[in-house]
Amino acid sequence: MKAIEFNHVGKQYRLGLVSTGTFSRDFSRWWAMNVLGKEDPFLKIGETNIRSKKGESDFVWALKDIDFSVEQGDVVGIIGKNGAGKSTLLKLLSRVTAPSIGEINVCGRIASLLEVGTGFHPEMTGRENIYMNGAIMGMTKAEITRKLDEIVDFSGCERYLDTPVKRYSSGMKVRLGFSVAAHLEPEILVVDEVLAVGDADFQKKAIGKMQDVAKGEGRTVLFVSHNMASVRNLCQKGIVLCDGMTDFIGTAEEAIDHYLKSATTQTENQKLMTDCIGYCKSYLKINEIQINNTPYTTTSLSPRQEVLDVLIKGTTKEPMKCEVRMIIKKLDGTPLAGFIEGCYTGQLCNIQPGEFTFERHIRLPKYLADGYYIIALYLHEPHVQDFFQAQNCQTLHVEGFYEPYAHPLRLSTEGFIGLESV
Amino acid sequence: MRKKEQKQYWTMRIRPHERLWHIDLGEIWRYRDLTELFVRRNIVVQYKQTILGPLWYLIQPVLTVIMNMVVFGGIAKMSTDGIPQAIFYMAGNICWFYFADCLNQSSSTFTANQHMFGKVYFPRLVVPIAVVISNLLRFAIQAGLFVVIYLYFFFNGADLAVNWAILLTPVFVVMLAGLGLGFGILISSLTTKYRDFTILFTFIVQLWMYATPIVYPLSMVEESSLRTLILANPMTSIIEAFKYATLGQGYFSWLALGYSFLFMSVLLLFSIVIFNKVQRNFMDTV
Repeated sequence: MKAIEFNHVGKQYRLGLVSTGTFSRDFSRWWAMNVLGKEDPFLKIGETNIRSKKGESDFVWALKDIDFSVEQGDVVGIIGKNGAGKSTLLKLLSRVTAPSIGEINVCGRIASLLEVGTGFHPEMTGRENIYMNGAIMGMTKAEITRKLDEIVDFSGCERYLDTPVKRYSSGMKVRLGFSVAAHLEPEILVVDEVLAVGDADFQKKAIGKMQDVAKGEGRTVLFVSHNMASVRNLCQKGIVLCDGMTDFIGTAEEAIDHYLKSATTQTENQKLMTDCIGYCKSYLKINEIQINNTPYTTTSLSPRQEVLDVLIKGTTKEPMKCEVRMIIKKLDGTPLAGFIEGCYTGQLCNIQPGEFTFERHIRLPKYLADGYYIIALYLHEPHVQDFFQAQNCQTLHVEGFYEPYAHPLRLSTEGFIGLESV
Repeated sequence: MRKKEQKQYWTMRIRPHERLWHIDLGEIWRYRDLTELFVRRNIVVQYKQTILGPLWYLIQPVLTVIMNMVVFGGIAKMSTDGIPQAIFYMAGNICWFYFADCLNQSSSTFTANQHMFGKVYFPRLVVPIAVVISNLLRFAIQAGLFVVIYLYFFFNGADLAVNWAILLTPVFVVMLAGLGLGFGILISSLTTKYRDFTILFTFIVQLWMYATPIVYPLSMVEESSLRTLILANPMTSIIEAFKYATLGQGYFSWLALGYSFLFMSVLLLFSIVIFNKVQRNFMDTV
């Protein structure tokens, strides 16, 4: 059974000023809608929402033609770039603002968690604020009283329960706010990036609680995040929004791949790797970088390729003692493997002022899984200094190792390298 | 292919436009706990970290009444229909305070709470309703002071004729609350788009007080057109009737009270409809 259904939903905003800007346009809109009984004339204009481009019209569609449904018990991650419309979508769903066109159907009680600690008043004590915040989220007083001990326990703020919240540290406020939210019992939970709060200890607790809610208790959850690891952890399904439109709907894993792929390939299509250098010593100039025989930021490995060629050419004005360092990372930034021979062999090259060339042929693991990887490239003197850093230098597409009639190894479920028996 | 389909039903539909008269009163009732908490918050927060605390509820009217006595009674020598000045000014002022506080505080509903409203949904009407209720406490305390002063003058032989109309006091309070709430939420709905109204109305409320017989009795106004104008003010009949009920001097007319009541009902209905319409989209313009 469906829990949420979006029917061609759109939300239009006007840039710059509030309302339609002029009183005359307000009036003509009112005239057309209420007296003549027509549709809102300004809904016909407007363009899709592309943040970086300057538009022709003042009206933009923050969301356009959103059409999907969520089954009961699904945990759906919504991902997309800044300004793609994620928060607007959640706002519509949590009824903070109404859509411009279309219809949203919902089955069940919604609690939206667009922020933790909404309605906290600095002058009131922790206990009073638990009640306040809980009631704003739609709990009754009796419900809160029943769960008060649990909430206080979860937040770990027992000692300060009767202290005004203004004396709390910001972390404590967030803990208290999240604890209340975590004890809501709605059928549908709408969560905007609120897990990235508190210290590491509390984050673990928060994610754990979210997982319980999502997996154990069979509730429908809509979850917006930029943190791919937590989307992957929590969600089964994923929706990618791009410029206010749905770009992709599928499993969480597919959606993340789709999003990261489009994020890396679209914007930096034919960019040179030398332009990706984030930090470089002043006396050093990198003239050319080639990985897998291409100077560009995207490349793919052929299925049986086991060697990755790295070439760095540059000029220096001062002598350097260094070695190449290359890290292969997952798209979310987790390092998977590193070429850091300088570190574990201790052999470094002595470069004299003038031109230099590094050529390294790196042996890749044989049973490499499929997927997209990010390569970070450095010249370093181990544990002393980096001469240049390119943290996000190339996106490597790997098809994954497989024998004929077999399946490629999958990064998402089987890990980075396959092991073999002796 | 036969497939057993579960019947799909929806508990909520979110649409761009809702019918104008669609007001979910049941929902407001379901959020009564929130209303109660807002009331407590309004009361508790107001005088936190003050030494005198709720005593300020008393100091404010006392100072106002003294000021009125000096300016209107002493300098301008305006009549009070033979009623001791202190008690005469007090009667008008506590009513006016209640009305004006309801109006002023609920007129900033949207602008003052936009942060909260932008993050979570609950029936927005809960906030101004809580304002009206929490001001009731203040009104009660001031009414207590009024009774004390009243008894003092009464036993000192002042000519105060309390009568049956005192039984109507709850109705007066409801009318004051209704007018304050009605104007307040109407203003708050208007100010989401055009902030001019905030400035305009704080100013108007100040002037409005002088168009209401608080520092003067209605009987002083003899010119008929001016009198009609003052009677057109829906506050006039309520305050005059309250003075009549407690002091024995004042203008009591069922017709005027009926007019005020009708005015209040229409205003309240109208402004709730407007408020309800604005709340759906105000986050985009506020």
